Amino acid sequence: MAERRIIVIGAGPAGVRAAEALVAGGVRPLVIDEGRRDGGQIYRRQPDGFKRSYTALYGTEAARAEAVHQTFDRLRQAIDYEPETLVWNISEGAVWTSYAGEARAVPYDALIVCSGATDRLVPIKGWNRAGCYSLGGAQIALKAQACAIGHRVAFLGTGPLLYLVAHQYAKAGADVAAVLDTSPLRGRMAAAAKLAAQPDLLWTGAKLTFDHWRRGIPVLTGVTPTEIHGDDDDGVSGISVATWGGTIRRFDCDAVGMGWHLRPETQIADLARCRFAFDAPTRQWLPETDADGRTSAERIYLAGDGARILGARCAEVTGELAALAALADLGLADKADRRRELTAQKSRYRRFAEGLAQAFPWPHDLAARVADETIVCRCESVTAATLRASIVDSGATETNRAKAFSRVGMGRCQGRYCGNAAAEIVAAARGETVEAAGRLRGQAPVKPIGISTARRNS
Amino acid sequence: MTGRFRRLAETGRPEVRFTVDGQPISALAGDTLMVAMLTAGSALRDSEFGEGRRAGFCLMAACQDCWVWTAAGERLRACSTEISEGLSILTTQPEASWPNVG
Repeated sequence: MAERRIIVIGAGPAGVRAAEALVAGGVRPLVIDEGRRDGGQIYRRQPDGFKRSYTALYGTEAARAEAVHQTFDRLRQAIDYEPETLVWNISEGAVWTSYAGEARAVPYDALIVCSGATDRLVPIKGWNRAGCYSLGGAQIALKAQACAIGHRVAFLGTGPLLYLVAHQYAKAGADVAAVLDTSPLRGRMAAAAKLAAQPDLLWTGAKLTFDHWRRGIPVLTGVTPTEIHGDDDDGVSGISVATWGGTIRRFDCDAVGMGWHLRPETQIADLARCRFAFDAPTRQWLPETDADGRTSAERIYLAGDGARILGARCAEVTGELAALAALADLGLADKADRRRELTAQKSRYRRFAEGLAQAFPWPHDLAARVADETIVCRCESVTAATLRASIVDSGATETNRAKAFSRVGMGRCQGRYCGNAAAEIVAAARGETVEAAGRLRGQAPVKPIGISTARRNS
Repeated sequence: MTGRFRRLAETGRPEVRFTVDGQPISALAGDTLMVAMLTAGSALRDSEFGEGRRAGFCLMAACQDCWVWTAAGERLRACSTEISEGLSILTTQPEASWPNVG
């Protein structure tokens, strides 16, 4: 039998565990990753010459991060590995890559997509100013470069990452102005039973909150952000929020780290023609998968946060699971017992994720009610008024049509940072559900590549 | 404002010199171009759509807000490019092909 080509996209926790399972199953996979080194965003490795310990970098997840890195180091001789390589299209049974200005089409027998996630954002007046960063970006500055995004930093959004990044900043010696959470406390009480599916994480969360209070950092819950202050030249100078009681509070700062959980990077699944379904609890469209990670498209599997946000721990589970499913489907190995064990673990993580979505909800009202003058698309500075006009004046009936009229979602980030909020704005302007507003279709190339990118004929 | 970013640790690395719009700047080996530029200055470029300076957003190669250029016209994503000795960076595109409004 000819050697089967299985390609893994991504070298974060899901991709690494997928590659490991494939090698154990007798396959030499090709791992393609956009990063310079393995680890993905969550377990991003610091550059050579940096000396901080695993504990300093990854806290309670240090042992997991180190294990994933060591696994990948051990695998290096048993896999083909293409770092710093972008996958920009899936077409005719091949993965299209770009490396250093050269394009290549690589055919596959099975494809495991571990594309990860980016921050989920709500447009806030002034978020286009220099000094505003995504929460994930704020964390990368610290983790990969030992820098704070500013001299006095406010954190805004919701979810565990909000508290974690603020804690990491304070611990590393940064000046944290405030932690501003749009979720009210009562949601956390209601979700406690589901969150108990991972008791140690629930406990870590409680400790982080206590730690902020101990350090005297203001932690406000149930806030409504009103404006990020500043000017065009110097960027951010402060942030104002309306408190749960309705008072406006302003915090001086020169940087804001902001994010409302994460959203999966689903463009590759979309280009591979995987069917999507609306996920009501998180109010977004996600690729459909079965328990093992199979999609509706033949020989395409999804794992990790690129399929559904279940966290880094679960990404290791779903990465292995997708690889075992691919091996079974190709008739190479069938570890049914191990798959059952992994799907049971996945169910527990899923319950925890449902608890998080309930405790730290996506503030869809805030997105839908964004003021007319607020910039929705940071790439091309398109306001909410322009997006609403595409519905009210031009008659767009869903987000792709609204994109064509307004250019919201057409800029260089291709809707990654405006798409979720744009769907809420379109839905509200039409008086329909966000499900009816649809989702921005993925387009190749999934990130800008040079027009000069040439096809390598090898 | 001098530097937008603040170094909190790992400051014992060797020095690397480069230029931004002709001005000499010093950074540390292992810095991304973004960190090298933003520990010395407050922004990376102007928005092409007319509302001020930009300094990046996602730091994970997704938003494309941190584009800068080499003198030869090559576009670099500052968050995913490692600084190198002698690099010569421009904060405006040598031959603008995007609409520079405002």
